[in-house]
Amino acid sequence: MMEESLLPMETKWNPGVPGIPAPTVGASHALPEGGKQVAAGAPFAVEARSFSFWYGANQALADISLTITTRQVTALIGPSGCGKSTFLRSINRMNDLIPNTRHEGELLLEGGSVYRPDQDVVLLRRRVGMVFQKSNPFPKSIFENVAYGPRVNRLVQGRRQLEGLVERSLRQAALWDEVKDRLEKSALGLSGGQQQRLCIARALAVSPHILLMDEPASALDPIATQKIEELIYELKDQYTIVIVTHNMQQAARVSDVTAFFYLGKLVEVGRTEEIFTNPKNDQTEAYITGRFG
Amino acid sequence: MSDGAGSVERVHRTRRVVNRLMLTLTGVAAFVVVVPLLLIFYHLVSAGAGALNLDFFIRLPVPVGDTGGGMLNAFVGTLSLVAYATLLGVPIAVGAGIFLAEGRRAPLATVVRFVADVMNGIPSIVIGIFVWAWVVVAMGRFSLLAGSIALAVMLIPMVTRTTEEMIRLVPRELREGARALGFTRWRTTLGIILPAARSGILTGVLVALARIAGETAPLLFTAFGNPFLEWRLNEPVASLPLLIYQYAISPYDDWHRQAWAASLVLIGFVLMVSLAARFVIRNPYRGS
Ligand SMILES: Nc1ncnc2c1ncn2[C@@H]1O[C@H](COP(=O)(O)OP(=O)(O)O)[C@@H](O)[C@H]1O
Ligand SMILES: [Mg+2]
Repeated sequence: MMEESLLPMETKWNPGVPGIPAPTVGASHALPEGGKQVAAGAPFAVEARSFSFWYGANQALADISLTITTRQVTALIGPSGCGKSTFLRSINRMNDLIPNTRHEGELLLEGGSVYRPDQDVVLLRRRVGMVFQKSNPFPKSIFENVAYGPRVNRLVQGRRQLEGLVERSLRQAALWDEVKDRLEKSALGLSGGQQQRLCIARALAVSPHILLMDEPASALDPIATQKIEELIYELKDQYTIVIVTHNMQQAARVSDVTAFFYLGKLVEVGRTEEIFTNPKNDQTEAYITGRFG
Repeated sequence: MSDGAGSVERVHRTRRVVNRLMLTLTGVAAFVVVVPLLLIFYHLVSAGAGALNLDFFIRLPVPVGDTGGGMLNAFVGTLSLVAYATLLGVPIAVGAGIFLAEGRRAPLATVVRFVADVMNGIPSIVIGIFVWAWVVVAMGRFSLLAGSIALAVMLIPMVTRTTEEMIRLVPRELREGARALGFTRWRTTLGIILPAARSGILTGVLVALARIAGETAPLLFTAFGNPFLEWRLNEPVASLPLLIYQYAISPYDDWHRQAWAASLVLIGFVLMVSLAARFVIRNPYRGS
């Protein structure tokens, strides 16, 4: 397509990575009714074209052009306040909850404009699961946490189907064995790492195509962090994952592609091993070698 | 060197003394807070416990001159008044509280919040007169309904504000988690936020109940009082605070004793509700 103009930086990375199958929707995914998305034809899960974002007068993102490839893990790195969360939260329009914000440019999700006026935000968010820095299980039972979304979105019929979906989601989140005997217990009794995996299961239960993770392990101990990382590794066969992380090693371990943000701009994006071994940009190099940030 | 160490030592000693002094002062203040309750209890028990017997709870008042009898009418009256006031007031107050918490920037929310705060400060006798003018005069009679409305008018601003505060205490992440799953705003509020704030709201309701159960002034010209057992909405009813007032200003020793006993029961009720509120607080969603 127009890759030249999409990547203004001097990146040589080719987003069309060989060996990655065409981004079709996996068989295990229930399509949202209508199947509105243009998934089958879209080369990228997410595509930003000169996307800028403002909180009031404060510009948080400036002219971001970035493509995120289907079924890969893309890590967003950069110092605090550089706009990683803002970019992530634009993809499912969570920033709509904040008053006095505005944007310019284009942001496409599976080929369709996220911000187009007739976009149904509910359907959009169902395609995009989100996991937050602070685990936020609902004050309900473990079962209810996973079941609530599918039930509200009418994705299942009957108790049996619902139970099947809950089990499948919990298994996908590598939590089933730990909670299968206490599904009716409060989710708030779980450990921090378990709560975070429960939130992942909750997000998976509504069959998203894309999983956004905003520093999902930054509040967890090393062992729980490792479990989350293993989980990300498992999930990337089926999902497009975008993860914000402050942890360089984590970005290097889990991601295929790394994008470095600085002061609201996208400085460099490329294959993770390229970025970490041979960054093109001095700022990128300074950041990943720990000279600032 | 030794001089420096000495001055450090002196500063330490001064600090310790000041620390102890302040602690003592606040301790005295705390004690002064507790004393009235203890005194009230002591006095009520010594003056009223003698009149507390089964008859007191299950019999109606007897004519002046006869001894004995009870306050069944007032117990039933107060319970009905509080129950109807809760039924009337809590749904409105919780709804308004949700509105204030959710539409916090709406101009109407600012107005409603201000009005609720003013209402909280209005003397209860004024609320009684207001309800008399609008309900009693319109119905042409004193009634349980008018009394309940007066108490509900007192309860609504209190519960509205606590509901608002409790909803705001729910972590923002919870709301975002629900919205990110594709929940609409109202579904998020009713399905996630309200249950998370439930114990706080319940506590607020209980505290408000304890407040209105002892109110006398708003009932003077609304529920009015009734020497007979009554629980119909369009009839006047007795209430504990009103009966305490009538008995206390009467010249009869037996009535005085019963007034003390009724006060004891009323305080006991308030205490129990407050304890219940504490118990609810102890198991809130964020407690874990
Ligand atoms: N809700 C908000 N209101 C106003 N400014 C915000 C808000 N959230 C973030 N910002 C600002 O936007 C910029 C980018 O923030 P953010 O996207 O959270 O950065 P990061 O996630 O990379 O740390 C920062 O300058 C921050 O202060
Ligand atoms: Mg952030």
